Amino acid sequence: MDSIGVLMACPMNSYLEQQLDKRFKLFRFWTVPDKSSFLNSNKDSIQAVAGNATAGADAELIEALPKLEIVANFSVGLDKIDLAKCKEKGIRVTNTPDVLTEDVADLAIGLMLAVLRKLCESDRYVRSGKWKKGDYMLTTKFTGKKVGIIGLGRIGMAIAKRAEAFSCPISYYSRNEKPEINYKYYPSVVELAAYCDILVVACPLTKETHHIVNRDVINALGPKGVLINIGRGPHVEEPELVSALFEHRLGGAGLDVFENEPYVPEELFGLDNVVLLPHVGSGTVETREAMADLVIGNLEAHFQKKPLLTPVV
Amino acid sequence: MDSIGVLMACPMNSYLEQQLDKRFKLFRFWTVPDKSLFLASNKDSIQAVVGNASAGADAELVEALPKLEIVASFSVGLDKIDLAKCKEKGIRVTNTPDVLTEDVADLAIGLMLAVLRKLCESDRYVRSGKWKKGDYVLTTKFTGKEVGIIGLGRIGMAIAKRAEAFSCPISYYSRTKKPEINYKYYPSVVELAAHCDILVVACPLTKETHHIVNRDVINALGPKGVLINIGRGPHVDEPELVSALVEHRLGGAGLDVFENEPYVPEELFGLDNVVLLPHVGSGTVETREAMADLVIGNLEAHFQKKPLLTPVV
Repeated sequence: MDSIGVLMACPMNSYLEQQLDKRFKLFRFWTVPDKSSFLNSNKDSIQAVAGNATAGADAELIEALPKLEIVANFSVGLDKIDLAKCKEKGIRVTNTPDVLTEDVADLAIGLMLAVLRKLCESDRYVRSGKWKKGDYMLTTKFTGKKVGIIGLGRIGMAIAKRAEAFSCPISYYSRNEKPEINYKYYPSVVELAAYCDILVVACPLTKETHHIVNRDVINALGPKGVLINIGRGPHVEEPELVSALFEHRLGGAGLDVFENEPYVPEELFGLDNVVLLPHVGSGTVETREAMADLVIGNLEAHFQKKPLLTPVV
Repeated sequence: MDSIGVLMACPMNSYLEQQLDKRFKLFRFWTVPDKSLFLASNKDSIQAVVGNASAGADAELVEALPKLEIVASFSVGLDKIDLAKCKEKGIRVTNTPDVLTEDVADLAIGLMLAVLRKLCESDRYVRSGKWKKGDYVLTTKFTGKEVGIIGLGRIGMAIAKRAEAFSCPISYYSRTKKPEINYKYYPSVVELAAHCDILVVACPLTKETHHIVNRDVINALGPKGVLINIGRGPHVDEPELVSALVEHRLGGAGLDVFENEPYVPEELFGLDNVVLLPHVGSGTVETREAMADLVIGNLEAHFQKKPLLTPVV
């Protein structure tokens, strides 16, 4: 299969890059000085695109690649892929569900504990020598807090299962109520936010869920509420979030994603009630290897005319 | 009861101090310039001592207070109290079990997630602006790691319950095997350490458990193993721990307690595989208030000749 051209949208994982290079004819899109020129010259060679949370296959790229058959995503989120265009052109799309569910759920709980118990701040307190001068302040108990989840898919359910072990009552919002689920359903995100102590974003990013956490939701969550975002930056209206935190209209936030990664609003750096992570949700050695294997497995299956492992389209 | 003298061993909680001052004749031991002189002058007035994890009632203090009837500890640990001497003299001892179990267990899980997923390091990475230059390193998955618990009391069991929600197989060491418990028992700490990925100290500190985590245990835990200490600093041979971490014989550590608080070995400050907290295990507003209410409740019950709420001796 080493004559099959695969375009890797951006750097994402060296193991994956290595494997793609070994098995296919790999084009590294980020090393190309003139992208339009490159596409023009190589459009007939490229049959696959490998994308991730940062870059995928928008309408423009798809149109530029007439031989494109499959987009294999190194993420579970599909917001960087024009799914409608792929459907229209019969292009297959795969992602990496399940293998990253646990890591992302673990991180959500980690963020909740880190924000409520001020773990990063206390660690800083020790390393700066301040403990010698006095005890750290009291923080807030996590066990028993009401956790509200936006989106009860694989990741949302995994977060719920973990939070339940801390006796957290679980409630959720999703497009449709799930009658088989024993958690409390709220028909709107504002109502969910008003009711819970900790609001977690765990739904896919689509046109409908863009800025699903807006000023009204943030105000409903309130000065004792905490927002946890392990979804996508654009789920949250970031300037509203920043001013709410600043003005103490929101109690705290644990954020793994931002609207313009890797740029993080610097106003947040001085706050002790936020935890800011560099989009590490699925960032463990174990999981990225499993994700890479899924990308490769899907590509090989496609070109061997076998059933795709994790098709979306 | 405001003629009853209560000696508070050290500053521990302003709400507790306030309440003791209101209800009793409060002596603040830490404000006294000459402790022996103070004790000699006031020995007949003091009928109760309130201690905590930092200071309690050792044999010397107990001997110096002939009217001492009760020691009420603002902690669940009793290592700062000479229990044998209290028993000998018919002095009652109370502590604060149950009300702090959840907070301490939450912190243990928080430490595990913070160490394995490098939460504090990644947060530092964002705040320092480094994310603009490149992605953070890959870390280690928490779900499914084998968790070994030293001491399966209230706190140990609460940690186990939480870790199970992350699919962590649980094993333990305790003085005697607990046949009704479904977790795997190891008859020695070294064997437990050899079999688990994350070793948690959750037993009381006594002569027997002093340095229960020593060089052999640390070596058995190994270069991929992580030690979590939410017990007492003296449970761990600290110099051995420090050299093991610096020499990469141990994979990482999450520590809430140290041998000489508030002094923390500065060799640890430069390591990215440790999380260092200033003894905040039970340090939430909710829990410290509940602990204070228990101390006051026990003292009032004693002096009203009613049954103690949480007696140890």
